[in-house]
Amino acid sequence: MHYGGAGAPLWPASGSGVNDEGMVAPMSVMKRVSLIFKSKANKALDRMEDPRETLDYSYQRQLEMLTQVRRGVADVATSRKRLELQMNTLQQQQTKLEGQAKKALGAGREDLAREALTRKSSLQTQLVDLQTQYQSLQADEEKLTAASQRLQSKVEAFRTQKETIKATYTAAEAQSRIGEAVSGISEEMGDVGMAVQRAQDKTAQMQARAGAIDELMASGALQDAIGPPRDDIQAELDQIGGGHDVDMELARLKGELSPGEAPREIGSGGGAEGRTESQSAARPGRSADQPQAGDGS
Amino acid sequence: MIVRILGEGQFEVDDAATDELNILDANLEAAVNAGDEKAFRSALEGLVSRIRTLGTPLAADALEPSALILPYAEATMDDVRAMLNDDGLIPG
Repeated sequence: MHYGGAGAPLWPASGSGVNDEGMVAPMSVMKRVSLIFKSKANKALDRMEDPRETLDYSYQRQLEMLTQVRRGVADVATSRKRLELQMNTLQQQQTKLEGQAKKALGAGREDLAREALTRKSSLQTQLVDLQTQYQSLQADEEKLTAASQRLQSKVEAFRTQKETIKATYTAAEAQSRIGEAVSGISEEMGDVGMAVQRAQDKTAQMQARAGAIDELMASGALQDAIGPPRDDIQAELDQIGGGHDVDMELARLKGELSPGEAPREIGSGGGAEGRTESQSAARPGRSADQPQAGDGS
Repeated sequence: MIVRILGEGQFEVDDAATDELNILDANLEAAVNAGDEKAFRSALEGLVSRIRTLGTPLAADALEPSALILPYAEATMDDVRAMLNDDGLIPG
């Protein structure tokens, strides 16, 4: 017994291009997809002897689906926040590399500065990739949230209709009304169910990638993997720092005493004067998160 | 008639648009059958945007089934094939 109107013509009659037996637009994609959804609804309707039981059964499934969608929305939001954190970390790393580049230039080490900027630009590629993922997750989150609200409205409407039907109609009378309501909402559930599944597959993929990036960041390998192994910019800068820090500090102090004479010049490779800016951007000494590769060699 | 775009919801579309949608749908079907990814992409996106333009979103609490259901805009050709073969993609 089918309630969903599976016998209806394949296309709404409209004249040209429509033939008699419903074999319109042969293999129409949209019609076929809708028939598949309808057959799912019909299976749900066929399951129960008394169609009114179908109402309660369907309602239970609807509540389950609502829970599932809300969980889906929360999962996507979690993924999105994780990406946000990673993007912040990458940005901080970029700022740090830029500071190192400045300091290297200040010390006349254009090679080191180039290396730092090269790493910075590699991080930029990663950052752009993360931003793309972020936007896509944001769009998914919006869509799922909207889907969850739609389903919620329909579930409420269904509940009202369910009570009316149960109170007013006999089993025989109820059939056609139940068929319509159940087909409508089961189509929505099929749609939402697919959307949640898609979002979950996608977040699972992103979680895996995010996990890999987190591990790389934690091990410090992300920076090293990009540049030559163990040729660490900070280590070299620290070494240089050992010799020149006093000079630079002196220059900075001189600059402070006579502010007008501190030109903003980098990369001149000349003496130690005028380095006010680069000096303050990257203070000498060992940064806590950088292994001191220079020590052993 | 009511048309659903998967992932977006239902739209009420004037029956006068049937012929136009019919042609667009036939293009989509042809692209799927030919395995032509490029034609598929443009046919699907064209159809989705046409329904968005022509249609009026149905009230959220409406319980009516749709006459036509269109795959979501980002669906790949494989997604659509799986849907048409009912490979368990649609829950229920």
